[in-house]
Amino acid sequence: MAIPSYATRGERLWHYVFLGLCALVFLFLVGPLLIIIPLSFNAQPYFTFSQEMLTFDPAGYSLRWYEDFFTSRAWLGAIKNSFIIGIASTILATVLGTIAALGLSSRHMPARGVIMALLISPMIVPLIISAAAMFFFFSKVNLAQTYLGVILAHTALGIPFVVITVTATLSSFDTTLIRAAHSLGANPTRTFFKVVLPLVTPGVVSGALFAFITSFDEVVVVLFIAGPGQRTMPIQMWSGIREQISPTILAVATLLVLLSMLLLTTLELLRRRGERLRGLTPG
Amino acid sequence: MNETLAEAGEETAATIEASSCFARFVNVQKSYDGVELVVKGFNLDIHRGEFVTLLGPSGSGKTTCLMMMAGFETPTHGEILLKNEPISGLPPHKRGIGMVFQNYALFPHMTVAENLAFPLEVRHLSREEIKRKVARALAMVRLEEFGDRRPAQLSGGQQQRVALARALVFEPDLVLMDEPLGALDKNLREEMQYEIKRIHASLGVTMIYVTHDQTEALTMSDRIAVFNDGVVQQLASPETLYEEPENAFVAYFIGENNRLVGEVVENSGERCRVRLDSGETVLARAVASGGAGSRTTLSLRPERVDILVGGEDTDHDNRFHGEVMEVIYLGDHLRTRLRVCGNDEFIIKTPNAKGHPALTPGQTIEVGWSWGDCRALDA
Ligand SMILES: Nc1ncnc2c1ncn2[C@@H]1O[C@H](COP(=O)(O)OP(=O)(O)OP(=O)(O)O)[C@@H](O)[C@H]1O
Ligand SMILES: [Mg+2]
Repeated sequence: MAIPSYATRGERLWHYVFLGLCALVFLFLVGPLLIIIPLSFNAQPYFTFSQEMLTFDPAGYSLRWYEDFFTSRAWLGAIKNSFIIGIASTILATVLGTIAALGLSSRHMPARGVIMALLISPMIVPLIISAAAMFFFFSKVNLAQTYLGVILAHTALGIPFVVITVTATLSSFDTTLIRAAHSLGANPTRTFFKVVLPLVTPGVVSGALFAFITSFDEVVVVLFIAGPGQRTMPIQMWSGIREQISPTILAVATLLVLLSMLLLTTLELLRRRGERLRGLTPG
Repeated sequence: MNETLAEAGEETAATIEASSCFARFVNVQKSYDGVELVVKGFNLDIHRGEFVTLLGPSGSGKTTCLMMMAGFETPTHGEILLKNEPISGLPPHKRGIGMVFQNYALFPHMTVAENLAFPLEVRHLSREEIKRKVARALAMVRLEEFGDRRPAQLSGGQQQRVALARALVFEPDLVLMDEPLGALDKNLREEMQYEIKRIHASLGVTMIYVTHDQTEALTMSDRIAVFNDGVVQQLASPETLYEEPENAFVAYFIGENNRLVGEVVENSGERCRVRLDSGETVLARAVASGGAGSRTTLSLRPERVDILVGGEDTDHDNRFHGEVMEVIYLGDHLRTRLRVCGNDEFIIKTPNAKGHPALTPGQTIEVGWSWGDCRALDA
């Protein structure tokens, strides 16, 4: 951000103060994450930097916590559960959410506002309330302590993200394209798969990513609904920190940061691709 | 672009009388809200190979008629026939009607070639055949090198031509166009008008064209239906429409037009004598005026009014004095606003050439016109 040549001295001063404040906020948010990464390579079972680490002595670093993670039955089981539940609920939430968003965007849809509010409600209602309600309901229908139960619960939590992102994409969708496809002889099914879906894919994918992340780091609902067989990563980390304080959790955290970065990069690339397809930027 | 179509085109001229109606609106009415009729009793017969334009002011129901033909809206009343078959039971994708949308509606995620291949893939043509037809369609609109580009990488005129090619590539016998040139600048518009006419002539397809630009309608069409208020005011060839408008709306809407209002004094069937509200009496051609005593609007084209420079003459049945109010320089001609018979919006046109008097505001001149050029229409 360049300072315009007509800026007064006061404005220049404010500009630098502003930059300093931004840097502080950034540090506050990202600092803890950045500290975790070197700490996870600690050779000692402590959560602090040892003398060797500070002098960059190779002996101070090791991969023992990563090894610990990849050999522990409990951690591996938890990560497997997280992926099973995350992927299954993401698929369900994406399909259902996309269909809902398409239906809600039609001008013939009655009671649009009410349905939208209902679908979005899991995002607004305090999680603990949804979790408690689901717990009582799922216990009645024998879904508590099952994979299916957790998957369905996470699907409900993920749907709002998909509905919102797909609806946003559809709002800029030119409906004459659908008419054009019909006039060229394509039936409604073909029009959907060849014209509508490719153009709303960026919205669908970012909704799916949000749904996945939601499921992946969700604690409250899992605590209520999951049995010992469905322990997920966040639960394992939670109990890990309380019961056996081991830097393995730092290795896990580092891996999760990497995973999130990967997902966010994918999202950004998809967004750019979408813009290029819509002709917003030259490709 | 295709042999069979080209043959069909040549054949049409001879067979127009035999298979007279290709597409037909029979007493079509349309209401969106169930209360107000947007289209009221629309009748139109279109011959095979014809270029028919729907011309009318904004909101007069042109797009609505086109959408009913294409199947995107259903008529509230009446019937639309294509090749003598009612098409109300046919969904849009089975009608086989090509359509060019005002905003082009090209698929942004496909290249130009993929856009053109889309209707052919839908029809399960073989890959080689698709390739051949796409290449031919691109050549037809002179965009051979642009097949691999995406629509966003083309100029407005190029996108327009792709839209045209896409509507024609699957060889429909009817093509609908809704103000396809609306977004283009003047030069490109004229170029595209020529292009569309050329393609129409070479393929012999039937075209229904919507515009609110009268010049475009006059230069391109075989016949023009002038729309107002959901009703066809006049359906005729461009010459007839301009030379012989049947009512005051058409006269006003097509070309420039001087209006004088008054009351019929005497009507002999062909000629009538009209007393203007300002007191003068004018001899006019009785077109749509009633008998003695009825109100009428006289319509007179500016180019049919002459400036008289003294002396006797017998060409001009009507001679009046006019005061020059304003002279507007338009390059090849001058447009002069006069006050004649109490109307100070009376326009005449004079060529910017030697031998024509230079007029200055404030000057009083004598103007005249013959009775046949002055049409007495409805009030
Ligand atoms: N989907 C709709 N719902 C309700 N009213 C509509 C709808 N579409 C058009 N109308 C109304 O119908 C009338 C005719 O509209 P139409 O689009 O056919 O006009 P047009 O002749 O194409 O005008 P323009 O030259 O501005 O495109 C207008 O008064 C318009 O407000
Ligand atoms: Mg329109």
